Amino acid sequence: MGSQKGFLSAIHSSYYNFIDKLGKYVPYILLAPTLVYMILFIGYPLVQGVKLAFFDEQGRFTTANLDYLLNSELSYFWDALKYTLILTGIIVPTQLLIALLLAFFFTSFRFKGRGVAIYVAVLPLTISDVAAGLIWYTMLTGNGFLNKLLINLGIISEPIQFFGWEYRNMEILAIVLAELWRSTAIVFVILFAGLQMVSQEYIEAAEVFGASTLQRLRHIVFPLILPSIQAALLIRTLFALQIFGVVWVLAGRDVPVLAGEAYYEQVSLHHSGVAALYALIIASISAILGAIYIKFFKAKYLEQ
Amino acid sequence: MAGVMGNPLKYSFRGIFIAAIASLVMAWILVPIIVSILYAFAAPSDYYDVKKIIPLKYTLEHVNDLLVLGARDAMLNSVIVALLTIAISFAIGLPAGYAFAKYVFPGKDSLKLLMIGLRMFPIIVIAVPLVTLYIRMGLYDTPLGVALAHTAMALPFVVIITSSIFAGVPDELEEAAMIFGLSRMGAFLRVTLPLALPGLAAAAIFTFIMSWNDVFIASLLTTLNRTLPAFILVSAMAAPDFIKFAAAFLMVIPAMIFVFVARRYLIAMWGITLR
Amino acid sequence: MVDVHLIGITKRFGRVVAVDDLYLDVEDGEFIVLLGPSGCGKTTTLRIIAGLEKPDKGRILFGERDVTRLPPRERNISMVFQSYAVWPHMKVFDNIAFPLKIKKYPPEEIKNRVRWAAELLQIEDLLDRYPAQLSGGQRQRVAVARAIVVEPDVLLMDEPLSNLDALLRVKMRSELKKLQQRIGVTTIYVTHDQVEAMTMGDRIAVMNAGKIMQVGTPEEVYNKPANLFVAGFIGSPQMNFIDARIVETDKGYVAETETFTIRLPEKYKELLRPLRNEKVILGIRPEHIYLEPRKHTTLAAIRGRIDFVERLGSDNVLHIDTGGKIIIAKTSGNYAYKVGQEVEVYLDLDKLHVFKQDGEAVF
Repeated sequence: MGSQKGFLSAIHSSYYNFIDKLGKYVPYILLAPTLVYMILFIGYPLVQGVKLAFFDEQGRFTTANLDYLLNSELSYFWDALKYTLILTGIIVPTQLLIALLLAFFFTSFRFKGRGVAIYVAVLPLTISDVAAGLIWYTMLTGNGFLNKLLINLGIISEPIQFFGWEYRNMEILAIVLAELWRSTAIVFVILFAGLQMVSQEYIEAAEVFGASTLQRLRHIVFPLILPSIQAALLIRTLFALQIFGVVWVLAGRDVPVLAGEAYYEQVSLHHSGVAALYALIIASISAILGAIYIKFFKAKYLEQ
Repeated sequence: MAGVMGNPLKYSFRGIFIAAIASLVMAWILVPIIVSILYAFAAPSDYYDVKKIIPLKYTLEHVNDLLVLGARDAMLNSVIVALLTIAISFAIGLPAGYAFAKYVFPGKDSLKLLMIGLRMFPIIVIAVPLVTLYIRMGLYDTPLGVALAHTAMALPFVVIITSSIFAGVPDELEEAAMIFGLSRMGAFLRVTLPLALPGLAAAAIFTFIMSWNDVFIASLLTTLNRTLPAFILVSAMAAPDFIKFAAAFLMVIPAMIFVFVARRYLIAMWGITLR
Repeated sequence: MVDVHLIGITKRFGRVVAVDDLYLDVEDGEFIVLLGPSGCGKTTTLRIIAGLEKPDKGRILFGERDVTRLPPRERNISMVFQSYAVWPHMKVFDNIAFPLKIKKYPPEEIKNRVRWAAELLQIEDLLDRYPAQLSGGQRQRVAVARAIVVEPDVLLMDEPLSNLDALLRVKMRSELKKLQQRIGVTTIYVTHDQVEAMTMGDRIAVMNAGKIMQVGTPEEVYNKPANLFVAGFIGSPQMNFIDARIVETDKGYVAETETFTIRLPEKYKELLRPLRNEKVILGIRPEHIYLEPRKHTTLAAIRGRIDFVERLGSDNVLHIDTGGKIIIAKTSGNYAYKVGQEVEVYLDLDKLHVFKQDGEAVF
């Protein structure tokens, strides 16, 4: 009887020892599927991408794809790089400014219908780039809403042409409008959330200690939301570098962009190596920007 | 300085300013959406009539045409892909989110940083190599294949969102359940999970929209079994204007319904993922 | 430094009247405490003095100067916030220097003043740190240093100690009080903690429901509470309240309660006459109920049974059942009382309070 009890309790305690030991590994066990998935579906394809871009089918190193990309008459690389950067350079700063003003507007004023207005302002968050492109096509096309409106108001007599190769600058304008319309909401959400996290007491303290509205904005509010501004800037820049759907819908290859060329080389020309190279270039630019961001912009006071 | 009762002139100026800005914002966002919906149903005679800024005669023809041309199957594919993406990314990502929320362990910070970094990773990079891999594995042009790629895109978001949702459920509640006789697993299933459910539902919607809206990956990984955006990208380009309007309508509607259903959570959700 | 006068201040938030026709005069250099339960309007009053809220009615004078319409920055005030509101993106030095920089002091003077304030608060070593690297107590000191560095006319403090742990709170109480005496600034201090109010305030303004219930020195509000609210709010354990009726007998006025009758001292005769046959509320503090008779004071003895004993070490708090009505008595901790024990309790009638039905104190 006694020995049986001892035996059972031995089993019992070794069971708990086992559980204890296991306990240390529980978080890793829970994380393992995610990590394995990331390695399989991001790490491995990335390696494959490098292989596709720089090695031929026999596994020998080759610069053929790079040569084609940089030098071939068929390749739109330089134009694509140029237009990607131009679009990013126009869209991101403009929407940052708009979003900043909107965020200040919605935090400064409480009014009836404010909740609805905010809801409407963030509505485009869920709208895809392709859909946004089509919506703005509806707005801007020859028989579209804007042209009809302006004609009926007597402001113009002939429709303004936004689409077609000969109107390339207007196509860019249409892309910019569609992207500002669609993706400013993300910037707004980040800045608005950032502003809301600034404790009212910080601002009141500055007020009590003599700071004017402008001084409060400059010395207190702006530094405190700087991390949000930087995060929004980074996220939007990275996504802008991948711009594709809007451009493809509104301008096709009239306005070549990096991701669009990757798509075209892959789907239409079956140049997988070149497409992979485009993808790698986008990834590299993103990685460099991310690194710069982490190195230079992380707010000092957030470090412990 | 305004008087105690408020200087009426200043007050009304403020009111006009607020109303003007708010209306401008609403118009800027809403007019294109409303116009594109109306035009999707516009009778051709009204569309080509310069006088009719807003069409007065409507028809279901364009949407029907588009559905028959393949949008019906494409929508079905999109839904299947999105649901598969939710299923796979939650099955894999939920435990990871829980681990980040409730455990302290060596390497936690760097792993979390990795997730945050991956969230920004330009996921289109993996699409090109996946084509070759998928052809070899028989996954090319299948909804599962697209869903697996979408999972790679959605997983960091799912992990980050669910971890913040689980972190919002107080540890004490789970601990109380354990004191009163449940195992950790039981405590999770009976206490934490039900409390986290509304947030998780919103996170699922977020994932659905991410998958529903992707065009690049889906276009590369499918030829016949297109998702809706991929189908539209290829076919709408050459199609007449009405088909484009109808396409915009089909793409926007589900997303808008979801936003409306989950509007309380979505802004917070984007706040979490983008912080 | 100035005296502060609040004249008929009223503030509404929607339908809620947060501050209701409030009058208060604060003397130059005085440390006055606004004491009251949460939601009594004390913080709103402070914010109105600061200029962070505009009153719906009434005027605020700093000395001769009417500041009612002035924004905070033109009032020359300072404030210590409940959450400290130490700006996280500025180092300690810059936090303290901020008010000076805004007022455009020369850099040399800024340095000297910040050093002076930092030394007073003993945070000279922390000037180069960010707030995130400080403990709660250290952050609190930074907030105080920032508030005194400009030598304000009026120093406002909004429950500055409520986020500190108990030990630190006791320490900071005396430190803040000494600091205030040293620089002599007119100080208005908001708290819900009566011990803080009693130990720190030159005078205490007890507030309830947007109104001031009584203003007086700590001794006055403790010994001569003006009404039931103040009597019940100040003192721990709370004052005993017993419903009674004043009856005139041939032996003078007596108070009849449900369970006992006590004779009221002759000296209150005049005050009691109008209350003949009226219902009143008797109030007596637990520390004025004895279990042994004492000399040189008028006592009333009643019988009771010990129902419960709270042992606090230095004191015992006895719950005594006097036939249905529980009376709380505080006695020194030396005696060992047992639950169920029959005892004779003595009410110190010199310390007895009588309140009218509307709560106003008779004496």
